[in-house]
Amino acid sequence: MLPIIFVLPLLQLIILSNAATFEVDNIKFGYIDNDHTSTSRALIEQFNASTYFNILTGFPSETLASYAMLKGEVDVVLEIPNYFERDLQKEKHQSIGVSINAIDGAAAGVENVYVSQIIQHFNKHVKVNLFQASDLQIQPISIETIPLFWYNKTLNYKTFMVPGILVLLVTMITLFLSGMNIVREKEIGTLEQINVTPIKKSQFIIGKLFPFWVIGLGLLTVGLIIAKLIFNVPMLGSLPLMYLYTSIYILVVLGIGLFISNFTDTQQQAMFIAWFFTVIFILMSGLFTPIESMPKWAQIITEFNPIKYFVEVMRMIMLKGSGFTDILPQLLKTLLYALIMNGLAVWSYKKTN
Amino acid sequence: MRLPLPWEINMNNKKVIQVDRLTKMFGDFTAVSAITFDVEKGEIFGFLGANGAGKTTAIKMLIGISNPTSGKAKVAGFDVFTNAENIKKNIGYMSQKFALYDDLTVRENITFFGGIYGLTRKRIKEKSNALIEELGLKDVANKLVGALPSGWKQKLSFMVSLIHDPKIVFLDEPTGGVDPITRRQFWELIYKAAHNGTTVFVTTHYMDEAEYCDRVSIMVNGKIEALDTPKKLKEQFKVDNMNDVFLKLARG
Repeated sequence: MLPIIFVLPLLQLIILSNAATFEVDNIKFGYIDNDHTSTSRALIEQFNASTYFNILTGFPSETLASYAMLKGEVDVVLEIPNYFERDLQKEKHQSIGVSINAIDGAAAGVENVYVSQIIQHFNKHVKVNLFQASDLQIQPISIETIPLFWYNKTLNYKTFMVPGILVLLVTMITLFLSGMNIVREKEIGTLEQINVTPIKKSQFIIGKLFPFWVIGLGLLTVGLIIAKLIFNVPMLGSLPLMYLYTSIYILVVLGIGLFISNFTDTQQQAMFIAWFFTVIFILMSGLFTPIESMPKWAQIITEFNPIKYFVEVMRMIMLKGSGFTDILPQLLKTLLYALIMNGLAVWSYKKTN
Repeated sequence: MRLPLPWEINMNNKKVIQVDRLTKMFGDFTAVSAITFDVEKGEIFGFLGANGAGKTTAIKMLIGISNPTSGKAKVAGFDVFTNAENIKKNIGYMSQKFALYDDLTVRENITFFGGIYGLTRKRIKEKSNALIEELGLKDVANKLVGALPSGWKQKLSFMVSLIHDPKIVFLDEPTGGVDPITRRQFWELIYKAAHNGTTVFVTTHYMDEAEYCDRVSIMVNGKIEALDTPKKLKEQFKVDNMNDVFLKLARG
């Protein structure tokens, strides 16, 4: 069992961290060039040069392009109108049509950004080439934004995802193990044997918590080593602080698990309830979708999501190098949560029915 | 002035279990209906009854893991309502279902339960050596309990229930599914425990085992219908073995 507990989550960490990416590439790109001039070809060439787009397909008509998109052969279609070059020179502005397959809304958004960036870049380039010196003088000053991405300068999604996925693994393993634990003893009958002994309720719960607490911290340790060695995720903050927070955090999860275990009669029931909470906790943790963009009521629910705090703290400590006072609000909330959940776990464990 | 009721009289040293009109209801169903009996120190008390008669429910109330609906009961001098945890220090319990940890070894199980009952490390070591010796489990002492034959498991779980030298030991069908030789050995262990002053409270479906008991009670539909020595019960029902006593009662 112990090898399973360690090997599977770490495999998940390696697989998911490489797979769960917000980057969109290998975009299947198609175009309709109605202009057939050097300018229109230069624009298409820009897309060709981009690493995000590939499989360039030229379509003779819009109908054919739409049909290809319907069949899923292209994700993005660029339509260059007639007299593209001429109008650009004469009227100094021109519109082009971009159609994006938006079944996956998030990907479509990213693709839109890529397309706009390439066209903007092309725009600047074309100004230099097409306009005469006199034109340049009467040009309004254009404002350009140069984004600086703090704490993750290269926008490396792995830096962002690895701490989060590590949080999920530590949470899931400790929640499932503790959730199945007492109910398993109910099923095999050993709990009854324990209940006829003079053991105190709190002693019993601590005895149940401790092994999983150690396993949780062990998982964190191996996960951090992998994060460093394989993904080279920065570790700016203090490790002892991270362990302090995690050791309290795991108590919350274990308390929830034992609470579930006390209230269920079979392992199937416990598993079902544990899954219910896991899915909600994960999807509302801010790991995959930002909490700021959730509706107000959902944001209130996330206040009760321990994973949210853990994800925040992990990212703060690892990527921002936050100190004790920075994570103090999360630390206190987690501590309170731990006290309540373990209090409930002890309370709900009844030696006498 | 009213006379003191039996359970109010200061703990008669000889009576280790005093039960008075103890009742357990599950909703509308009365599992145990106002049972009354006493068990004396050092006695082997047979607690008989058909399946579903309420034996296990009654035992669970006496060992403090099930709250009685009404009635009174004292076990080892402590009230089952208010002092269940003190009862637990003074009793051993072997359930119908094997309840040691299958994934621990023989020695680990003994150490674990010894530890729960607060025995010192030294005492646990002595106890486990003596116990392993007595049961002849030397060769399998470090094997997982799950791998043992069921008769061995039963004997082990009986000995583990005695690890803290309890005043009373409750055995719920201890010899279910055990071969005749092992059953015999088991009863030798029970006699030995009783000889050492431990009160034995045992349920069984084997009527030959009922004959080994000092006194026997027979439960039918949640009520105790007969309670006496096996000899007197046979006289009372004018039959010559316990089997017929049981059949007469259980069939009504």
